[in-house]
Amino acid sequence: MPEQARDRTRGPLAELVLARVRELTREPEAVFWVFIFPILLAAILALAFRSRPPEALPVAVMAGPHGEARLAALSARPDLKPRLLTAAEARQALGRGQVVLAVSPDDPPIYTYDPTQPDSRAARLAADAALQRAAGRTDAFTPGHAELTEPGTRYVDFLVPGLLGMNLMGTGMWGIGFSLVVARQGNLLKRLVASPARRSHILGAQLLSRLIFLVPEAGALLLFAWLVLGVPVRGSLLLLIGVSLLGALAFSGLGLLTAARPRTIEGASGIMNLVMVPMWIFSGIFFSTARFPAVMQPFVQALPLTALNNALRAVMLEGAGPVPLLSELALLAAWGAISFVVALKVFRWQ
Amino acid sequence: MALPVQTPESALRCRSLVKRYGDVVAVAGLDLEVRRGECFGMLGPNGAGKTTAVEIFEGLRSPDSGDVEVLGDHWRRDGLALRRRLGIQLQETKFPDKLRVREVLSLFRSFYPRGLAIAEALTLVALEEKADAQVRTLSGGQKQRLSLACALIGEPELLFLDEPTTGLDPQSRHQTWEIVEGLKARGRTVLLTTHYMEEAARLCDRVAILDHGKVIALGTPRELVASLGAEHVVEFTVDEAASGALTAEVLAALPSVEGVTREGGRWRLTVREVHRAVPALLGALAERGATPTELATHHASLEDVFMALTGRRLRDA
Repeated sequence: MPEQARDRTRGPLAELVLARVRELTREPEAVFWVFIFPILLAAILALAFRSRPPEALPVAVMAGPHGEARLAALSARPDLKPRLLTAAEARQALGRGQVVLAVSPDDPPIYTYDPTQPDSRAARLAADAALQRAAGRTDAFTPGHAELTEPGTRYVDFLVPGLLGMNLMGTGMWGIGFSLVVARQGNLLKRLVASPARRSHILGAQLLSRLIFLVPEAGALLLFAWLVLGVPVRGSLLLLIGVSLLGALAFSGLGLLTAARPRTIEGASGIMNLVMVPMWIFSGIFFSTARFPAVMQPFVQALPLTALNNALRAVMLEGAGPVPLLSELALLAAWGAISFVVALKVFRWQ
Repeated sequence: MALPVQTPESALRCRSLVKRYGDVVAVAGLDLEVRRGECFGMLGPNGAGKTTAVEIFEGLRSPDSGDVEVLGDHWRRDGLALRRRLGIQLQETKFPDKLRVREVLSLFRSFYPRGLAIAEALTLVALEEKADAQVRTLSGGQKQRLSLACALIGEPELLFLDEPTTGLDPQSRHQTWEIVEGLKARGRTVLLTTHYMEEAARLCDRVAILDHGKVIALGTPRELVASLGAEHVVEFTVDEAASGALTAEVLAALPSVEGVTREGGRWRLTVREVHRAVPALLGALAERGATPTELATHHASLEDVFMALTGRRLRDA
């Protein structure tokens, strides 16, 4: 029958993958979270942390016999914004954070400032240098300056690989976990198992559809970062794709594991947050993992997202080849493989 | 494994099947045989163990003890070869909301090496017009028919329908019955569970009545009703003041009455001839100064068989 011949064009695995892809692309929320959200986040953060010329620091000069002269000396410096205030006004402005330093009318002057604040300390050094020079001190030499503004060293450059890693984690865990738990809750998993579909195909289709979505998802974020934010990819693009693929697989494994038992979305959400929140905090998405104390480092470095973020940054920002990344890649592969094996052992089909 | 030589006309048989969940015995020594080409019904109240038994037959659960043989085969490992010969409709399956009817069928069709064309399956369950509709737009009855189409798409030798019309409106229920009757007409073997006695009576060639995980009666619907020894049921209640004077002995002695049961204040008589029993009953009541507050008669049904055997109703048992 020609009708029958036309129907039967795809195998079971292809049909299962296709069903998953269709479901996702028909879900506007999924499209937003997978494609739009990371780009939006990168754009907003890039705007917030954009490189600006350093702002002049507000300082107060207390009125007195030397007031005008000191005001003039400090005004000559581009990095200070001095104001002439009475002693009472100056103290009030200091308390409110409107100025970071106050210069007393005494001779020699007394600097009032907060040594725990970098701005306050910088203002003290700048003001002292200006007043000393006005009083006759001469510089021993004039140093040259080189400013750090080239692409690859800005905050946004640090941020984009972290966002990519975070997105790979989120979509891997939610994409797989959510759909499996919904299918379990609605008896669809049980129905599939009751049909002559292979269990390996049912779960394999989840992973394959993840990898299919990885391409536009990571592609959109990287393209935006490269074209709009000027974030470089210094290493091999192929290696970057490979690292992303491994990361996606590792988090698919974790997604499979977290979704292996729960019967309800609420139950699954709890477990997913338990797994993901520590990595949002500790895995160096928004700031370097070096900020955590040494005692926490073994834990921080063992997290799969830390390994993924480190590897992505090394390839994108340092142009690293595969060899220095071996330990990170091995850690990711281990997380993925162990999660898969355990998930398959404990998986609840009905 | 030590089953007697299998008769070729047997599609399914089980021996001394037992399944426990903790302290609850869901299936308590079930023996059944479904013959090829028949529509076999498992009728019983909720909690009688129907679904557990069917899921053991379907290879979705394993029994604690006992033996199951499906189409001459046993369940072992994934049982893919056996699954290709079965059609299964679960009590409730939620297909992905965003998939179209045609896509769901195409997915299930891909699991079977041979089977119906999508268009044929759609026609079979009267969903042609919904072929391109997404699942979320279907009514309850349409979803149930989609689920039926998924069970039929591999042209199964044996079809399992677990409560196929539970929760459906009367119109959808009749539509489902017509589909199953069409399958019967083409000689398909069907095993269905239900707690609707009309459904069992209309669709099934043979019915096993289940209660507490056991078969308590087995036969054609006609045989089962005939086993009551009477074709009619008279139900009545009397005002409470006079009810003390009424005893089962008095009622059983009335002409044409074959059986007497009492459920709270309500009496049920199974009778051969209504025109003889009712005047005699009214006379007996008047003699004792009892006024009937309610009186109704109907043809005896499988429900009455269940009541005669257990003293409870099917629905709220």
